[in-house]
Amino acid sequence: MAATRDGYGQALLDLATNPRVVVLEADLGKSTKSLHFRKAHPERTVSCGIGEQNMLLVAAGMAASGYIPFASTFAIFTERAFEHMRNGVARPNLAVHLCGSHGGTHTGTDGSSAQSIEDLAVYRTLPNVTVLHPADDVSTRLLTMQLADSNSPSYMRTARNKTPVLYDDAPAGTIQIGKGVVLTEGHDVALVACGVMVSQALEACNMLASEGIKATVVDMHTIKPLDGVLVDELVKRCGAIVTAEDHSIIGGLGGAVAEHLSSTSMAPLERIGVKDRFGESAESHEMLEMMELTPTDIAAAAKRAIARKR
Amino acid sequence: MVHRAQAGHPGGSLSEIDLLTALYRTQLRVRPDEPTWADRDRFVLSKGHASPGMYAILAEMGFISQEDLKSYRVKGGVCQGHVDMKWCPGVDFSAGSLGMGLSFGMGAALAARMDNSERQAYVMLGDGEIQEGSVWEAAMAAAHHELGNLNVILDRNRIQNDDFCENQMRMFDIPAKWRAFGWNVMEIDGHDMASILEGLDFLSKSNTGPSILIAQTVKGKGISFMEDNPGFHGAAPNDEQYALAMKELGVTA
Repeated sequence: MAATRDGYGQALLDLATNPRVVVLEADLGKSTKSLHFRKAHPERTVSCGIGEQNMLLVAAGMAASGYIPFASTFAIFTERAFEHMRNGVARPNLAVHLCGSHGGTHTGTDGSSAQSIEDLAVYRTLPNVTVLHPADDVSTRLLTMQLADSNSPSYMRTARNKTPVLYDDAPAGTIQIGKGVVLTEGHDVALVACGVMVSQALEACNMLASEGIKATVVDMHTIKPLDGVLVDELVKRCGAIVTAEDHSIIGGLGGAVAEHLSSTSMAPLERIGVKDRFGESAESHEMLEMMELTPTDIAAAAKRAIARKR
Repeated sequence: MVHRAQAGHPGGSLSEIDLLTALYRTQLRVRPDEPTWADRDRFVLSKGHASPGMYAILAEMGFISQEDLKSYRVKGGVCQGHVDMKWCPGVDFSAGSLGMGLSFGMGAALAARMDNSERQAYVMLGDGEIQEGSVWEAAMAAAHHELGNLNVILDRNRIQNDDFCENQMRMFDIPAKWRAFGWNVMEIDGHDMASILEGLDFLSKSNTGPSILIAQTVKGKGISFMEDNPGFHGAAPNDEQYALAMKELGVTA
């Protein structure tokens, strides 16, 4: 078990060999895990205080001067600076990499004010912005490292709490921005998940298997650009898709897949996500139950999707 | 430009023009034939709606042509409605939303320091603009980071979109606010060239932290019916007004 935010912190340390990489913080480096970089490289770390709007545009100014800025705070607080991201970063296509940690209801007992359930949706609407939500610390580290080579901005959501490590033994090249990862192969239904919901989908896959239903599980860590080629393959292979995310059912991974299918396929789609409501203070597992994001919920959705196949 | 487009912001362009002229002609280290020169000084027009004023200077400097000025607000034109680094040579910042430019300038100043470069970052703010909270996030942060290479010129023309600033949102003692945030502050007459040059000299000599010139200006300066008139913040002159304006400015061509 490990938290994706730890993978982010490790990646920043690894990236420090590139002298153009700089880190920006808004007083939450201990939480987002940029603190490791700050300790090792204080001269390349910029404290912006509790001021997210300023942080985004300071990062933009540095990007326009040839630096590669990684800025982080809680996912929810990045949203305060949405217009700065839109007009100051995405529009001029400056390669600022924004990381929102503590995303989703899985964040837990801090309560609804801290549980961003709309971040993936809002950043997905911005031209030029790559949107990532990795499932484990290993993939978070690899994806963050790849961002440093990108010429366009990004938003990555990480999670506060620990989830199973999925890619400890994965061969090199498994994790690539824009490419979903097929974790299990089955022909009855495809479970397409991101972030903390990937391990939930794997559990759902096991539950379905015990009933003789074979599922393909995909880690769709890149929400934008969506791996439409893979989605089309899943339609061909399985004929039914379930998406699963710790995020509003509006506009996130489910929304992205629905948009894609609307012009390519009549395949049934069931979306597991937060049903247009706010959370409350509770432990991670309690939140997943309350929001109907458990393996049981995913398995039930899989059966509904299968039943809708023509 | 504004008359041709029948849209745009003449008032704030005229209030800033003397300041921009002095800045570009005496201070900015830029190369019109190499607009993306990495070690150039950066100029951020944070009040990006006052783009006609900046485009006029960029044309005088040779970044763009006189013909390019006809592209203001026209499809495909380098002179977008608000200054945009992706469209216009010599523009370092894509403006449009107020309150963002100071942060961007701070990033440019930090980068210059990390590069051990002497290059400077200049930011022009509007006075109404400082009602945006993020300006003060940036003001506090720039002082914290002791950015002596960050220089701000505040165009204090006392008018914003809807009305006089005094009616929209009183800002009380503006110089005191900046001093309290840890800035070097000087007040100048933004239409008196000697005063402006003295101010620019103050900026270049103030290296202990960020510095700001608060320039008293007149919105719509130089055109009788636009001066101090909130009606010309964001409105184009009609044909008759245009002819009168050209006459007052002594433009015969």
